[in-house]
Amino acid sequence: MPVQEPDVRNKNFSEVALGYTEEQAIDEAKRCLGCKNKPCSGGCPVQIDIPAFIAKVAEGDFEAAYKVITQSSSLPAVCGRVCPQETQCESRCVRGKKGEPVAIGRLERFVADWHNAQPAAEVEKPEPNGHKAAIIGSGPSGLACAGDLAKKGYDVTVFEALHVAGGVLSYGIPEFRLPKTIVQKEIDGLKALGVKVETNTVVGKTVSIDELMKDEGFESVFIGSGAGLPRFMNIPGENLNGVYSANEFLTRINLMKAYRDGSSTPVKAGTSAVIVGGGNVAMDAARCAKRLGADVTIVYRRTQNELPARKEEVEHAMEEGIAFKFLTNPTEITATEDGWVKGVICQQMELSEPDASGRAKPVPIEGAFFEIAADCVIMSIGTSPNPLIKSTTEGLDTQKWGGIIADEDGLTSREGVYAGGDAVTGAATVILAMGAGKKAAAAMDAYMQNK
Amino acid sequence: MFEAYQITEKRFLNPTVVLMKIYAPRVAAKAEPGQFIILRTDEDGERIPLTVADFDRTGGTVTIIAQVVGSTTEKLAHLNEGDCLHDFVGPLGRATETDGLKKVAVVGGGVGCAIAYPVAKKLHELGCEVHAICGFRNQDLVILEDEFKAASSRYILMSDDGTAGEKGLVTDALKKLIESGEKYDRVITIGPLIMMKFVCRLTKEYGIPTVASMNPIMIDGTGMCGGCRLTVGGQTKFACVDGPEFDGHLIDFDEAMARGAMYRPFERKAHEDTCNLLKEVK
Repeated sequence: MPVQEPDVRNKNFSEVALGYTEEQAIDEAKRCLGCKNKPCSGGCPVQIDIPAFIAKVAEGDFEAAYKVITQSSSLPAVCGRVCPQETQCESRCVRGKKGEPVAIGRLERFVADWHNAQPAAEVEKPEPNGHKAAIIGSGPSGLACAGDLAKKGYDVTVFEALHVAGGVLSYGIPEFRLPKTIVQKEIDGLKALGVKVETNTVVGKTVSIDELMKDEGFESVFIGSGAGLPRFMNIPGENLNGVYSANEFLTRINLMKAYRDGSSTPVKAGTSAVIVGGGNVAMDAARCAKRLGADVTIVYRRTQNELPARKEEVEHAMEEGIAFKFLTNPTEITATEDGWVKGVICQQMELSEPDASGRAKPVPIEGAFFEIAADCVIMSIGTSPNPLIKSTTEGLDTQKWGGIIADEDGLTSREGVYAGGDAVTGAATVILAMGAGKKAAAAMDAYMQNK
Repeated sequence: MFEAYQITEKRFLNPTVVLMKIYAPRVAAKAEPGQFIILRTDEDGERIPLTVADFDRTGGTVTIIAQVVGSTTEKLAHLNEGDCLHDFVGPLGRATETDGLKKVAVVGGGVGCAIAYPVAKKLHELGCEVHAICGFRNQDLVILEDEFKAASSRYILMSDDGTAGEKGLVTDALKKLIESGEKYDRVITIGPLIMMKFVCRLTKEYGIPTVASMNPIMIDGTGMCGGCRLTVGGQTKFACVDGPEFDGHLIDFDEAMARGAMYRPFERKAHEDTCNLLKEVK
């Protein structure tokens, strides 16, 4: 798939991948062997009928391909861009045993973009069924849940705390990886189905779940409030000027458009930025900082083999000139006289036996410290679910670490209240959240119909 | 009927401080003294936190009071009755704890008095004896004098230059009251960081529990960005969800002041770009 040249793209915020042409897509689709047992679909968290959609692409019938995908997925244009295909569908592709697997993600992206570029067909608004459902959070799980319920005729309202819908798709994932027009298109599609979106509404503060159910007539509620609480390392110097959580740094850039000239929201990536962490969010933060003109170093306490980020993001980051320091763990952030970041003191690590998570455990090498000069540090070591809803909803059980407890269908400890996505699992992927939203929608439908 | 986030009333309390009532029924239904809201004036505007100055549950309005200090507050002050804010979200943060208080000194500085007022009013309504000390740079900047008098049994006005009330700092007045034998269960202070720092230093000497209301830089106001973090008793707290009020004797004010200045050059430039008066001078 054509992409912007690394040395060009690391100075702009336009999308890195340029996408297939129709010919390229058809050629790639023809590589699919059409395996009867569909190993690829088994690797997809929402079981898209992958060989079927690819067969349609090979025939040049892109709209039919789109229909196949949307039977299982609510957000193809998004998932085609952000899914970790190399550990899901593409990892099971028979073609991949000898050479490259079929580029399933890129084909999904092509099909969705092709569809979105066509004049919008008249949306048939489903017949209202007289039931009201509330969705808390407008990220991937909430949007998927809202879409499925709306298609069945439910009167659906999505409540969003920020001023823009989309959750992590809007505030977290950068423009160069997921253009915001694509996210907006998905939300507009839901609105066309009759879904109402109330932004600027913090459930738990502005209104509670109990009030929504008792006073406002919502029969069932889905909690898709994500995992938005940033973690810090609790090392000295973390509150110095120039230290950001990845959430703050990315929100300033993606949601508040701080990268644009004349933006009313500032952001400071400095001249040399250190990003702590190895996930997709760390790659996003690093690549944003690079685009803002900083020299960027990612420090990660394990090795390249253990990086949790998508392979493509790591490759893109490396191509764009981002330095990686592996087996490196920050222990202190040093300060200038006026309270700004001066550098990061790190300890050299080595790998020992695999830990409980199955990954090799990094252990510090005694006395092996060094300092990296930096005027910006971005902590990207994970997030946890926001406690706001738990603390304001009586009888809603959560795990010790904050995740909402829900069963297979998303049902929580409260009747009629369902949950899914990162709010239940802790930080995971867009596709898993979307799948959870769809599952919960089916269960909520059954619940409201049998009430 | 008003539209969402419409300005139903606007007046200037002094040349640089504007009061607005905003139509936001969901927020008005829940707001309590000590909480804050976040607003944006326009589609590309920044998100700024402002403390709730008052609310009208039946009318569905929330009162905010803002000092024109930067580009966003400048734009805000230029909006008129009937105009709508682009976004208005809240109420955020925890409400002021008022349970069991019998006698409280409320110490406000400058536009911080706008935030201190609803706290004084609520305490007064609950039957608590309220002594209000309000400090301003000069006579022209005095706000809410009548309101404070109505919400307190003692009102002491201080000014840096002596043009209003007594000449001196709020800490001078507070010290005098304490020395004269007034026994407070709590001091609640809201104003510039440097003022709150010295109020807290004073009350620590006398062992009077003190609460300070913090107003750091933040974006979302729901615990998501961590930009508003501060150190309280050696622990990192988020002002938006853990506060905005904290035990004043435990706050690291010096760190808070450094963090508050993080974007000052940017803010100055943005303000200059917005302000036509400054543009013409250039």
